[in-house]
Amino acid sequence: MATFFGEVVAAPSRAGVDEEEEVAGEREETPEDREIRRELEKKREVHILWSSKLSASTGSFTDEQFPCSKFILAIGHNSVAFLSSFVLNSGCWEAAGSVKLWNEWCRTSNTTSVLPTDAFCLFYKLISDPTVLLCQCNCYVAEDQQYQWLEKVFGCMREEDLQVTILSTCPLTDYKTPESTLTLPSPFLKALKTKDFKETTCCPLLEQPNIVQGLPAAVLSYCQVWQIPAVLYQCYTDVIKLDTVTIEAFKPVLSSKNLKSLVKVKLNFKD
Amino acid sequence: MFVPCGSSAPPDFEGFTLLLPAVSVGNVGQLAVDLVIFTLDMPKVGYFYTDCLVPMVGNNPYATAEENSTELSINAEVYSLPSKKLVVLQIRSPFVKNKYRSFCQTLLSWVKSSRCAKVILLSSSHAYQCDDQQLHGTPLRYLLSPAIQKTAGELMQRLNWKEMEKVAAYPGVNDTDMVLRIPGGGITTLLFSESCSNGIQMAVLLKFCSEGDNIPDALALVNYLNEWLQLVKSEQNSAAPATPSQWKIPHSWRLLFGSGLPPALF
Repeated sequence: MATFFGEVVAAPSRAGVDEEEEVAGEREETPEDREIRRELEKKREVHILWSSKLSASTGSFTDEQFPCSKFILAIGHNSVAFLSSFVLNSGCWEAAGSVKLWNEWCRTSNTTSVLPTDAFCLFYKLISDPTVLLCQCNCYVAEDQQYQWLEKVFGCMREEDLQVTILSTCPLTDYKTPESTLTLPSPFLKALKTKDFKETTCCPLLEQPNIVQGLPAAVLSYCQVWQIPAVLYQCYTDVIKLDTVTIEAFKPVLSSKNLKSLVKVKLNFKD
Repeated sequence: MFVPCGSSAPPDFEGFTLLLPAVSVGNVGQLAVDLVIFTLDMPKVGYFYTDCLVPMVGNNPYATAEENSTELSINAEVYSLPSKKLVVLQIRSPFVKNKYRSFCQTLLSWVKSSRCAKVILLSSSHAYQCDDQQLHGTPLRYLLSPAIQKTAGELMQRLNWKEMEKVAAYPGVNDTDMVLRIPGGGITTLLFSESCSNGIQMAVLLKFCSEGDNIPDALALVNYLNEWLQLVKSEQNSAAPATPSQWKIPHSWRLLFGSGLPPALF
């Protein structure tokens, strides 16, 4: 493809398999290639460390599943901050586990006392009802790690009428609309739900041709395929950093069936 | 793996034709498959749940009314029309790095276990790689695996279709070793060669194209497919291609090139 200045630029291919991969794929994988690939896969493995499953005597992890009736997942720093401010602040939660992973964008921190700017993925259980699990995912989970994360987290749950709520944010410019996104009032919430989710959503549904990608999409896909009622609330925002206006945009979610009972503090809504 | 929708008995695809796209240049195969699913109003029968494709969700891309617009769709879904013995796999996202081989293996083992009669792969290839000969005449090509040569070879002759040309493995060095290369075709070459070695009846239909507005390319490819499968009746006679109006364009094709422009730009 030639640009206006005449230089030839290789356009990114939508073929999904780029030229180097295609050429590399044509030759057989040598034992050295296999070893390198295995080492890289090992480095990128996702590990879930459940604190409550730690056996007191042996100090090793058990393979038992724990019952789960509600799973609330916040992905990204604004969603995480929202749950911290409005749900976790009630003091009725205890740390239940953490995710250890590494990729080119982040390495998760090992401690539970984290700052909003740290990369972490922590689980909390409701003290009064340990089947309610909350996850604060404040790290980037790469494409090749999303499926692993999913299988390992859901693999530990013994689903008992499980309902899943996912909170996530994404850039306003990703939203497709016939008008320009420049004039669109933001931030705003849109929802996507699985077939088995029968409640009404707290905001309008995300219209075609809009799609959702990343970890929120991976979790929602899993729930759709395995018939788990789940809802995703996606906040479209024009602010990249941690921002109180974006955090507040999630407030309508507090009236949802899954979160209503978890919010103790009486809120003073301005609007 | 194939996971059926709902709790009813898993569908039986024995003897069916499986149609699927390769994620390739211009996404032509995927667009063509969208046209087939939407025009024939094919119901969704299941999901192809895999860790090889980048996750993606959205509401029903083939919605026709308020009621069916809120069904969630994922990155790989299966649609079926028993009256035409047709099953379609739509793939909506690219491969996770280094996972395309694994996907090919999973796909071909599903083809074998579901006992489909034949597989038709819709694909495309970079137009800029065409040689002087290929620049003339039709940009559409086909390939048949040895297993399907017996049943479909004669039809290809009658339809006057052009087989995809092989190229020299070492151009400029010697012209004796000829290999199949489909640049920009994604997993097409791999799937085709695996099908050939495993006795699977596979046909590849592809079009030379470039990235851009690929809707005309998709229409050309789906008409090419229609010459063979006769999914949609052509208006005048069977030789003429179906007019664009006979293929219904799904609403998910809106805003293919992004949102509206800010008025302040002008």
